[in-house]
Amino acid sequence: MIDALGSVGSLLLVGGTSDIAVATAHRYLRERPLRVVVAARDTPRRAAVAAELRSAGAAVEVVDFDADDPGSPARMVTAAAAGGDVDVALVAFGQLGDADRLRADSGAVAALAQVNFVAPTVVGTELAGLMRSQGHGVIVALSSVAGERPRASNFVYGSTKAGLDAFFSGLADSVVGTGVSVLVVRPGFVRTKMTEGMTAAPLATTPDAVAEAIVSGIRRGRHTVWVPGAMRWVMSALRHTPRAVFRRLPV
Amino acid sequence: MADPGTAARPVPLHGWGRTAATPALLTPVHDDEGALALLAGRTPRGLLARGLARSYGDAAQNAGGGVLDMTASDRVLAVDLAAGEVEVEAGISLDRLMTLFVPMGLFVPVTAGTRYVTVGGAIAADIHGKNHHVAGSFAQHVRWLDLLTADGRVRRVGPERDADLFWATAGGMGLTGVILRARVRMKPIESSQVLVDTDRTPDLDSLMTLLSETDHLYDYSVAWIDCVATGRRMGRSVLTRGRFAARDELPAGKRTDPLRYSGPVRLSVPDVFPPGVLNVATVTAFNELWYRTSPRRRRGQLQGIPAFFHPLDGVGHWNRVYGPRGFVQYQFTVPFGQEEAMREALRRISHSGHASFLAVLKRFGAGNPGMLSYPSPGWTLALDIPVVTGLATLLDRLDELVLGAGGRIYLAKDSRLRRETFEQMYPRLEDFRAVRRRVDPDGVFTSDLARRLSL
Repeated sequence: MIDALGSVGSLLLVGGTSDIAVATAHRYLRERPLRVVVAARDTPRRAAVAAELRSAGAAVEVVDFDADDPGSPARMVTAAAAGGDVDVALVAFGQLGDADRLRADSGAVAALAQVNFVAPTVVGTELAGLMRSQGHGVIVALSSVAGERPRASNFVYGSTKAGLDAFFSGLADSVVGTGVSVLVVRPGFVRTKMTEGMTAAPLATTPDAVAEAIVSGIRRGRHTVWVPGAMRWVMSALRHTPRAVFRRLPV
Repeated sequence: MADPGTAARPVPLHGWGRTAATPALLTPVHDDEGALALLAGRTPRGLLARGLARSYGDAAQNAGGGVLDMTASDRVLAVDLAAGEVEVEAGISLDRLMTLFVPMGLFVPVTAGTRYVTVGGAIAADIHGKNHHVAGSFAQHVRWLDLLTADGRVRRVGPERDADLFWATAGGMGLTGVILRARVRMKPIESSQVLVDTDRTPDLDSLMTLLSETDHLYDYSVAWIDCVATGRRMGRSVLTRGRFAARDELPAGKRTDPLRYSGPVRLSVPDVFPPGVLNVATVTAFNELWYRTSPRRRRGQLQGIPAFFHPLDGVGHWNRVYGPRGFVQYQFTVPFGQEEAMREALRRISHSGHASFLAVLKRFGAGNPGMLSYPSPGWTLALDIPVVTGLATLLDRLDELVLGAGGRIYLAKDSRLRRETFEQMYPRLEDFRAVRRRVDPDGVFTSDLARRLSL
């Protein structure tokens, strides 16, 4: 149960090896020990993350999850709930994709849409079902500012995030009154292993800053958070920029 | 006749602190059949009885499950005036008991700072009052109670009849089953007036000394502490102590109707307060006023029951003053000999910048066999704090201090304790769990508090 002061008893990380997921677990562990369920493919990285969180004081459980497998989300959610109620579930998996390849390779586009849009909506539906029956819980979905207005340089990625964002924003409204809530997180450029080697965009941020925004967003009962906060106003401006100007912008 | 199928409706439920609300199917229970029907039709999220919901945190909530509204079962079943005992349904409030029985010369054996609690809730939280050092807590005045357990049986238990189940239920926060009825030993009184002595003490040490030396002379005693004052004035207090007046101690005018009693709610607070109305500035001003307007020393003042026992009950919904984010109450004990821990706790609270008004200090007497019963010999301090950023960490650190001193936190007030800390605070927890495994192996009766603390 999330207590009166916003402390969390159990955290499910879907895509548990992502930098933001791990940072969020660490952020909570700085306050109190808690149960952390790491849902990811069975890789050495997953074992390393589990060990790392265990040594930081978490009671870690490991659950299989594969975004390419249509049956995986339901099995994963059932397995995660076997050890007790899930207080907070973070949907943190996703890929950036290779923009050049995505321009021409329709198979790659389908695969990216599966991982970034289809799988998260299936996971979100399963989580919402679980949490509705629990009568409480928070789903956190990692969207992106790229979904706010897709741009030529990575519009495939942007469009998957736009779909994800729309799904979870709508889900948030559909669960009002059930005790469940949804937080949509829209970070800008985050320096993670997903963006390794890329030139950082303006207002670039870190996994720790995103984790901080997630934790405080949940505490305050927010439905949307931008990271950094100034991104909200930047994107609002970009959204209203005429197309002729927008497509020429170096963003 | 209640039909649980149509009467049930999912509603968000919260405690007196108005934090962490969760929805549950709330169904009024009018009789045993109603409770049994709900037990038969339960969902995997289980059931929990709820009274007037004066516990501060999540003790009377059951997210996604069923909640039995026991306030619909509020009849008096039998009265034995000679023995001073009443047999009542669990949903009757102490307020109603007073209205009915004070005119007959019977007062409730124990009352909390509010009389708007049910008898079932008073047993489940094993509440204490200003007379704990003399009379113990509520369950010690219960001859027996009828408990509906998960197997559908109604068991009559008491200190002499399945004592284990009785003492697991007393203070057991509703987790052993549904308390349906109880027989309560009332306290005979000659008048409804309390003879009150008031003393102002300049700091915590003088208060504790005064309480240690003179507490035994009074039936009722409690101190209000200014938790905002720091430095030499830290712990300055107003101590009130009293006992019920005998009839011939009343002035002539009151002798004709010595047991006259009424306890109305005079005004109600609207739900319009923004967060932050109670801040350090307003609370400091309030506390200053309270301290200065209290008499330095007064003897033998006559007060009515509401004024002496339940000053806040005159204001309905006073919890709304804390605004929509709500508040927590932090109540803990430390044993005698750990006064330094109490001083240190008060020092941290005073210096934290978190406003708290009406903190109360009380000296407990002996505890009872209740496995999760809160009172134990020592000092108890209770304070209300609005929910603000940073509070979680302050209270976690205070928990460690309290635990280190051999103290504990009161579950009826709690909304944020850590499971690991809780487990160390209640050494008889395993006995409680064993009883619960016996009568409710599948954990049918559960609550948000039970899930949070893995009870």
